[in-house]
Amino acid sequence: MLTLHCPNCGVHADETDLHAEGEAHLKRFGPDSSDDDFHDYMFQRQNPKGVHFERWKHVYGCGKYFLAARCTATLEVFGTYSAQTHEPPQAIKDAISAKRPGWSWGDFS
Amino acid sequence: MSNAVSTLQGKVAAGEVTVREGGLRGMITFRGDLSNAKLKSVCKSLTGFGVPEMGKAASNGDKGVAWMSPDELLILVPHAETNAAIAAIEKAMKGQHFLAKNVSDARTHLTVQGLFSREVIAKLAPADLHPDSFKVGDFRRTRLGQIAAAFWMTDDETFEVICFRSVGQYAFDLLAASAKAGPVGHF
Amino acid sequence: MSTRLALGGRLVNKNKAVSFAFNGKNLRGYEGDTLASALLANDQMLVGRSFKYHRPRGVIASGAEEPNGLVNLGKGSTFEPNQRMTTTELFEGLSATSQNHWPSLEFDVGAINTHLSRFLPAGFYYKMFIHPRPFWKYVYEPIIRHSAGLGKAPTEQDSDTYEHFHAHFDVMIVGGGISGLAAAHSSAQTGARVLLVEQTADWGGRAVVDAPKIDGLTAQEWVNKTVQDLESMGNVTMRLRMQGSGVYDHGYVLAYERLSDHAPEMEGPRHRLWRIRAKQIVTATGAIERPLSFAGNDIPGVLLAAAVRDYAINFGVSVGDRTVVVTNNDDAYRTAIVLKNAGLDIPAIIDARTAPEGDLIDEARALGIRIEFGKAVAKVKGGKRVTGVEICTQAGEGAVLEEISCDCVAMSGGWSPVVHLWSHCGGKLNWDDVQAMFRPDPERAPTGADGLGFVTTAGVANGHLFTAEAVADGFAAGRAAAKAAGFKSKAGQAPLGECAHEGPISAVWLMPQGAKHALRSKAWLDFQNDVKVSDVQLAAQEGYESVEHAKRYTTIGMATDQGKLSNINGLAILSKALNADIPNVGTTTFRPPYTPISLSSITGVAKNELFQPIRKTPMSDWHAANGADFEPVGQWRRPYAYIRGTETVEDAVNREVVNTREKLGLLDASTLGKLVVKGPDAGKFLDMMYTNMMSNLAVGKCRYGLMCSENGFLSDDGVVARIDEDTWLCHTTTGGAERIHAWMEDWLQCEWWDWKVYVANVTEQWAQVAVVGPNARKVLEKIGGMDVSKETLPFMQWADGTLGGFDARVYRISFSGELSYEIAVPASQGAAFWELLLAAGQEFGVMPYGTEALHIMRAEKGFIMIGDETDGTVIPQDLNLQWALSKKKTDYLGKRAHERSHMADPNRWKLVGLETLDGSVIPDGSYAIADGTNANGQRNTQGRITSTYYSPTLKKGIAMGLVLHGPDRMGEEIEFNKVDGTTVRAKIVDPVFYDKEGAKNNV
Repeated sequence: MLTLHCPNCGVHADETDLHAEGEAHLKRFGPDSSDDDFHDYMFQRQNPKGVHFERWKHVYGCGKYFLAARCTATLEVFGTYSAQTHEPPQAIKDAISAKRPGWSWGDFS
Repeated sequence: MSNAVSTLQGKVAAGEVTVREGGLRGMITFRGDLSNAKLKSVCKSLTGFGVPEMGKAASNGDKGVAWMSPDELLILVPHAETNAAIAAIEKAMKGQHFLAKNVSDARTHLTVQGLFSREVIAKLAPADLHPDSFKVGDFRRTRLGQIAAAFWMTDDETFEVICFRSVGQYAFDLLAASAKAGPVGHF
Repeated sequence: MSTRLALGGRLVNKNKAVSFAFNGKNLRGYEGDTLASALLANDQMLVGRSFKYHRPRGVIASGAEEPNGLVNLGKGSTFEPNQRMTTTELFEGLSATSQNHWPSLEFDVGAINTHLSRFLPAGFYYKMFIHPRPFWKYVYEPIIRHSAGLGKAPTEQDSDTYEHFHAHFDVMIVGGGISGLAAAHSSAQTGARVLLVEQTADWGGRAVVDAPKIDGLTAQEWVNKTVQDLESMGNVTMRLRMQGSGVYDHGYVLAYERLSDHAPEMEGPRHRLWRIRAKQIVTATGAIERPLSFAGNDIPGVLLAAAVRDYAINFGVSVGDRTVVVTNNDDAYRTAIVLKNAGLDIPAIIDARTAPEGDLIDEARALGIRIEFGKAVAKVKGGKRVTGVEICTQAGEGAVLEEISCDCVAMSGGWSPVVHLWSHCGGKLNWDDVQAMFRPDPERAPTGADGLGFVTTAGVANGHLFTAEAVADGFAAGRAAAKAAGFKSKAGQAPLGECAHEGPISAVWLMPQGAKHALRSKAWLDFQNDVKVSDVQLAAQEGYESVEHAKRYTTIGMATDQGKLSNINGLAILSKALNADIPNVGTTTFRPPYTPISLSSITGVAKNELFQPIRKTPMSDWHAANGADFEPVGQWRRPYAYIRGTETVEDAVNREVVNTREKLGLLDASTLGKLVVKGPDAGKFLDMMYTNMMSNLAVGKCRYGLMCSENGFLSDDGVVARIDEDTWLCHTTTGGAERIHAWMEDWLQCEWWDWKVYVANVTEQWAQVAVVGPNARKVLEKIGGMDVSKETLPFMQWADGTLGGFDARVYRISFSGELSYEIAVPASQGAAFWELLLAAGQEFGVMPYGTEALHIMRAEKGFIMIGDETDGTVIPQDLNLQWALSKKKTDYLGKRAHERSHMADPNRWKLVGLETLDGSVIPDGSYAIADGTNANGQRNTQGRITSTYYSPTLKKGIAMGLVLHGPDRMGEEIEFNKVDGTTVRAKIVDPVFYDKEGAKNNV
């Protein structure tokens, strides 16, 4: 059972205080997008064994979303960060590179 | 108004640790930019306290303020003064982007008082309630049994707990059962 | 026979006798006994029967690893099956019965299975499943049912209480032996917050039995001193009778504290489940002695050598008068020495090793004990009790050299470190060939959130079997754990332990090594599940080469003891059969809990009224006092109908519908979700949330809105009211309040975070009452306060004011087709307002109505219900709600999905009304049948029912459903299937059954 640091309220939250909200950094495709783009946005997910970026909600706490970079295989947490961003902050990417050299995920590396 | 009653109308489960429904309590959900000067000043004038730091609360009797999230405060005022307090906020915040709503009746307020009150809460919440970790002035929103709740301490033996009104009975029964089961002898 | 010795018994108080009952027989033991030691003291060697062959079983161990000594404990509301007698502390009045036999423990019919064992081989169940079904049903199943099952199920609800406790520590140490104590001491000195738990009732573990010296003190003295030191430290929590049961991700540990099992009269919870977060965990869990595999090693009277010693030293109990010790290591010599010194007879020590040397061997020899090297037990003689052993050479095939008469066999196949907690969360093991055991690999510890190891193993559990290394390793582990938890090391020296020099073990997996089938098929590996050496070999022969497959095929290690005694021995047999090395075969997975924990401890307080939160509206008490038949709606309980007198529920529903349509009904609508959406961008935001336009709603007006998921499917609906220039109030369904609130926050926080919008869930701030029916306006005018006339408050408008002295917000909206007002008052005043309406409504024929009447009235009007007409696959177009899909908006959630080809398919089933020709009610869930069958031979379908009711207004069955090309087929008759296999004919009609022109609301 995970613990994740909520960057919004500073609480080191137990997993029972949190709700997993799926993959982070999805780009929304709305009206006028191609069938393929929309399909990928709706259904296509990374599902990696290793470095992953996820949305979490501190549902029993401050009610805010945050993003987490962690390893799905070892459950190592590289860092948590604001949900109001389109890509992981450099510090998070550096933290991952230090632990998992050569990692890549979607467009990030 | 004379028709107004709190969820459990002051129900008490007395014991070494006593659980008491705290009656009607004025509460306002106040959302906005917490660094806004007008917000800070209306918070101070209504509660006597400034905007708390992250994870903190301050209260004195019926008045107080708690840090709920980066853009939300919980303002505590006497129940009968809630609408007037909201009017004061609306006046002070005119022209700003904010939200102030009366949630007094959407909540149940409970007190847990006694020597091992920390342990009563720790039986139900995953938070670290060790005296070195959680002190008077700290405010925590977390899970209590199967519901969302928030609590803070007013002294070394007293917790104030708030939860949604609809689950007030559950929260009361849960706390009363945990108090009745006795101390763990840990803290 | 087994009996109480005149001397010895460090744990029992011989001045305090305790009476207890076993199978109805009254017996006496002492305070400090376990049930096992007390039964042995009373010469009760036979304690149960095995699972499959119902073979006689005696106690084999003295602790948590015991596979045989399982009893039904207690009576009535405190009854519990499968309790291990070796960990059950004796108390006055304890009542236990043995398990798994019929008709009695002494004479058991099922024991015939042992003679049929040839026909009940490994994989029996798998092999039998392929037989024809009738054979299984009429022959195997009844026989197996009769004989299967350990213990009995309780018949009464548990009368004890249980609880959880959350605690956070820097360092948690599992195991209160010398290594654990040393670890606690060294970590506590750094100032870390430390928890030390021990599953038994006493500190000190095995050391206090075997009594080595530590720091010049006896082990007991050192333990006492260390415990005293620790107790005086404010940063240390120590708990006895508390087991570290499982280690999970990120330092989560479940620990199981048994508070009153040993003293049932104690107040308070029986068990407490600690939900611990520890930065670092030290497992100082010791080791478990392994049995040896020789024929007849399951006969009562064959015990682990250390257990025989424990019973003598801890409880002053001798298991037998004449004990043959069988071993492959030096430690078992301690048993021989202890028994000999207690005046008991040791006919021989049978040592499989050819030329071992060591202090203990010398000591045994000096006591005059006969020692046989290179020898083995060919076979144990006896039925319900050992009578002797046949001796052979270990190197041979079992030719008997000699028979030695004895009534106890003390066996030792070496020690296996308890690596369970290390392994639960991914810690890896190495095979130590010299010591013949798996031990934790410190290089591959379980890793936590920071990617670093969070479990350290210490002492015997780390493979350091001897006192000096064990206590030093414990000290170092405590230090290391505290450091890893962020505490600075303090100066200090590791305790110095000293003990006898022991020679090396020699791995012995089968005795004798060339044992023939007749012997192998009587050499037990798993004593509870009856798995023999020959079964594992058969599994390997039949191709079950993976250890996990062999385990499931033979059921080895699958009993309640989870293979604590059997797994390593079974694994060694398997690897030999596969001609592979032990580490290459690997272990099965260690899963929590370490030993079974009570289900009630997992439940904690969550039973009866605390099983789950029940949400109540301010009027709940009134409903309960006035005949409400509640139905669950999410966690709410809403009145389904209010039963009067001798009415049936159906009568009540029909009465409520008719009364509301003809006079006046009240509905508690407080549960409907109410979300305030405010801000300069609130209109723009709601235009994205709803399929229809909300930004152009005028202040003071209401509009019905639909919400879709991004996938286009209907998700929620409700009435939206514009409160002021930048504030909207959105009603959601009862079940949708939290979900839609979260949905809005998701988009605001994660997609459009620059939009200036705040949302607040004010659902519970308001008590809301629907005042419905032709007399609705009359009752409001009677209580007075604000103008609710058609002119001032027309349909789909709202107004603030007072009613009967209550501050109220009145929405003129209708979900029934009647003249209807939904009135919100502060929740604290909801009960009073409800009572006022009931009193004032008396002269207008007021009656409250429940959710079923609500459903019927909305169906009579053809209004959809989220969850009935929708099921997560239905789009607004299916329900003919195209009018609510804004064409002016370039975007809303779900719009893109609606453009997908399948969503625009003209063959999607569409909403229609349905009326049976005979007036009957179509069954819920019924499908409209079509010609022909599909690829699976099932009847083709052309539609399905979504809502179906008896309409008391129209006095006939009405239904709504989704039908292929439905709206184009008005008047056509189709058939719906019924539960009895017949069909019912129904006509496709307009879904608005009642008051099509809306006259009743237009007043």
